[in-house]
Amino acid sequence: MKSVLVLFAHPKFEHSKTNKALVSKIQNREGVTFHDLYERYPDFNIDLPKEKELLKAHDVVIWHHPFYWYNCPPLMKQWIDVVLEFNWAYGPEGNALQDKKCLNVITTGGAREVYCSSGNNHYSVNEFLRPFEQTARLCGMEYLPPFAVMGTHNLSKENLDTYVDQYDELINALQEGKTFNITKECEFLNDTLLLNKKKEA
Amino acid sequence: MSGSILFNAIVLLAGAVICVPIAKKLGLSSVLGYLLAGIIIGPYVLGFIGNEGEDIMHFAEFGVVMMLFLIGLEIEPKKFWEMRKTILGMGGAQVILTMLLSYFILILLGLDWQVALTISMAISLSSTAITLQTLKEKGLMNTTYGASSFSILLFQDIIVIVMLAVIPLLAKTDNTSSVDQVTEGAHASLLDSLPIGLQALAVILSVVLVVILGRYVFVPMLRLVAKARVRELLTASSLLIVVTISFLMELVGLSPALGAFLAGVVLATSEFKHELESTLEPFKGLLLGLFFMAVGASINFIVLSTYPLTITGLLLGTILLKGIVLFIVASIFKIKLDQKLLLTVGLAQVGEFAFVLLSFAFDLRILNTEQLDMMLVVTALSMTIAPILGIINERLILPNVGTKQAEKRPVDHIAKAHKVILVGFGHFGSTVGRFLRASGVEATILDHDSNRVDLLRKMGFEVYYGDATRIDLLESAGIAEAKILICAIDNPDVSIPFAKILIKKYPHLKLMFRAKNRYDAYELLELGIEDVYRESLETSVKMAGDVLTNMGHRKYTVHRQSQKFIQYDEEMLRKLTERPKDTKEYIFKVREEIKKQEEQLEEDLKRGIIDDTRQWNSDEMRLAAKKNS
Repeated sequence: MKSVLVLFAHPKFEHSKTNKALVSKIQNREGVTFHDLYERYPDFNIDLPKEKELLKAHDVVIWHHPFYWYNCPPLMKQWIDVVLEFNWAYGPEGNALQDKKCLNVITTGGAREVYCSSGNNHYSVNEFLRPFEQTARLCGMEYLPPFAVMGTHNLSKENLDTYVDQYDELINALQEGKTFNITKECEFLNDTLLLNKKKEA
Repeated sequence: MSGSILFNAIVLLAGAVICVPIAKKLGLSSVLGYLLAGIIIGPYVLGFIGNEGEDIMHFAEFGVVMMLFLIGLEIEPKKFWEMRKTILGMGGAQVILTMLLSYFILILLGLDWQVALTISMAISLSSTAITLQTLKEKGLMNTTYGASSFSILLFQDIIVIVMLAVIPLLAKTDNTSSVDQVTEGAHASLLDSLPIGLQALAVILSVVLVVILGRYVFVPMLRLVAKARVRELLTASSLLIVVTISFLMELVGLSPALGAFLAGVVLATSEFKHELESTLEPFKGLLLGLFFMAVGASINFIVLSTYPLTITGLLLGTILLKGIVLFIVASIFKIKLDQKLLLTVGLAQVGEFAFVLLSFAFDLRILNTEQLDMMLVVTALSMTIAPILGIINERLILPNVGTKQAEKRPVDHIAKAHKVILVGFGHFGSTVGRFLRASGVEATILDHDSNRVDLLRKMGFEVYYGDATRIDLLESAGIAEAKILICAIDNPDVSIPFAKILIKKYPHLKLMFRAKNRYDAYELLELGIEDVYRESLETSVKMAGDVLTNMGHRKYTVHRQSQKFIQYDEEMLRKLTERPKDTKEYIFKVREEIKKQEEQLEEDLKRGIIDDTRQWNSDEMRLAAKKNS
């Protein structure tokens, strides 16, 4: 079974219904380390050796965060800046993260439709996530498409429950090392057949 | 003229009001100011106070009682128990050695053995009032010197009971009238008629009684009084406690000062510790002042001019002998040289108990008038000279002995370029200094604890030893080219005057001051110091924050709230600082402080709960989205 590290960054987690629900199911799964960054480092003082140790001990790294201003909250960026050291995570001798899997799990207030060239936000989520994609690539990790819960401003209870289950299934699939059937059109992991299997059946 | 109480009061108060500030201005201790005031208003200079000086002294001895009560309040029973070895060891050694030496010298001088023994007992005691007052004023209570002095003085307070019991046995028994005087005398007590064994039992019982009274009578009484919410009642009950204890102790023939000390220790763990301290403090101060003035006034200059050589000889001999014994005792207990010198000089005077012992022995006709007068003069003079010797010791001898004031060491140019002076390297200052050093800034340190100074020098710090409020020491530490001075002194009574000196002498120096609490912070801010650091602020906010975390609040939210609260509190502190200048004096302080607290709580109410829900909260966006759809 592959081990999964969920790096979770939410400055106001107590106010986020969506994230509370998402986290609830996967938080205590066996083989999952749920790492609540804002709770662990309220003063942004990240424990570097500890973080490196955690990364080394896991096969899958998830950046789980709300999508603020087309980006992650500041502590997540701080984490990237501090932890992904030269000649450890990248650089000629940096191979600590080689071949690990990596992805973003994000929540956005706006619906999927506004994230496209014709929508208010002009670019797709995948385009906005390019820095993460490249970061993962530079560290030798395999970057997967994001798992996105969108339109949280208008999310119904039923839809949220579906997302919660999907997230759990996603973690399960990652743990079992299943390969995702990623097509060119596939923007989000949500869309892959694997996860939608149940719906179809 | 001398009959009028009001006139006497005017003379004494005026004497104090004029002389003490002058002494302080000259950098001398207040004790010396009071003593000089006493001499000036006494019978031989201005003659305002005549023979009633002695009555005043008896009355003012109550100040010593109060002082010991207040000291007791600061010593918790556990700490007192830990001190027992030093008290018995150092105190015992000091009293026994002094008595032995002086006894043999006096016998060699041809005195009767009874007289020699009485005088040697009187000589062996030092002045609790002078020593402790000086220690407190200089903030040296917690040094080796302070603790040793205190232990010795405490032992003397205990042993004086034994001495008072022994003196009647020295009286020549063939003289019947003396026996009458014993029973009539001031120190006749209930116990005198009892056999020795029962006396000892009674002494133990009365100690137990003090403890029981403290726990089960005084504390409930104070609670009751506190509920009544009448401020002067608290003052009344504080005084009642001290007076009651003194009365009980005198009744059984124990030293009231010792009883008061015990009561203080018992009450040290009660919730009224600080209330008692703040109510009794002014009384203690005034009565002690009165006591010192009475001592000054009691110096008999006629006796002095009749036997100038004998008295000078006796005085110097006594101080020398006491000093030598103290030095030996301190050496046995392995005290460092400079602390040893402080102790030697600090306790070399003859104390107030000598007045009591000598007069008692005179009543019993052990001493004749001539001997009594001479010894009284010697005692009073030694008390006057002691503070002067202390000053000589501090200014001239100490800087050249043991821990040197400064040590030559190559100063690296980086540290020199932006020089920082750190005053005080206790718990607070050491953290500041260590952090600076960890960041590559070597501060020049000033500290008055020689043990610490030696250690710091070993660790490669540039350290100056001595009283930082002395300009010459500051100068040699290089204050002229310093950019920043950090004051981490614990005692606001030292740090605030220090701030005043610095502002006046070095207006361009950046001052960063530690403040004990918000009231000290107000004072420092008023002086114009902008960088004031309250030691209690961040820690208590951190604690409150951790409470919230334990109740399930998110740490990051609590972190932000805490930072906001600290910022708000600092702003409010500065806002409340602006107040009229003339209300700064001590009398208004308590009232001012309460008013400030009230204003502060009102501001809190107006402000309500710290709220930053707008950030990262999508409720509003959600509403807007609903409207659009």
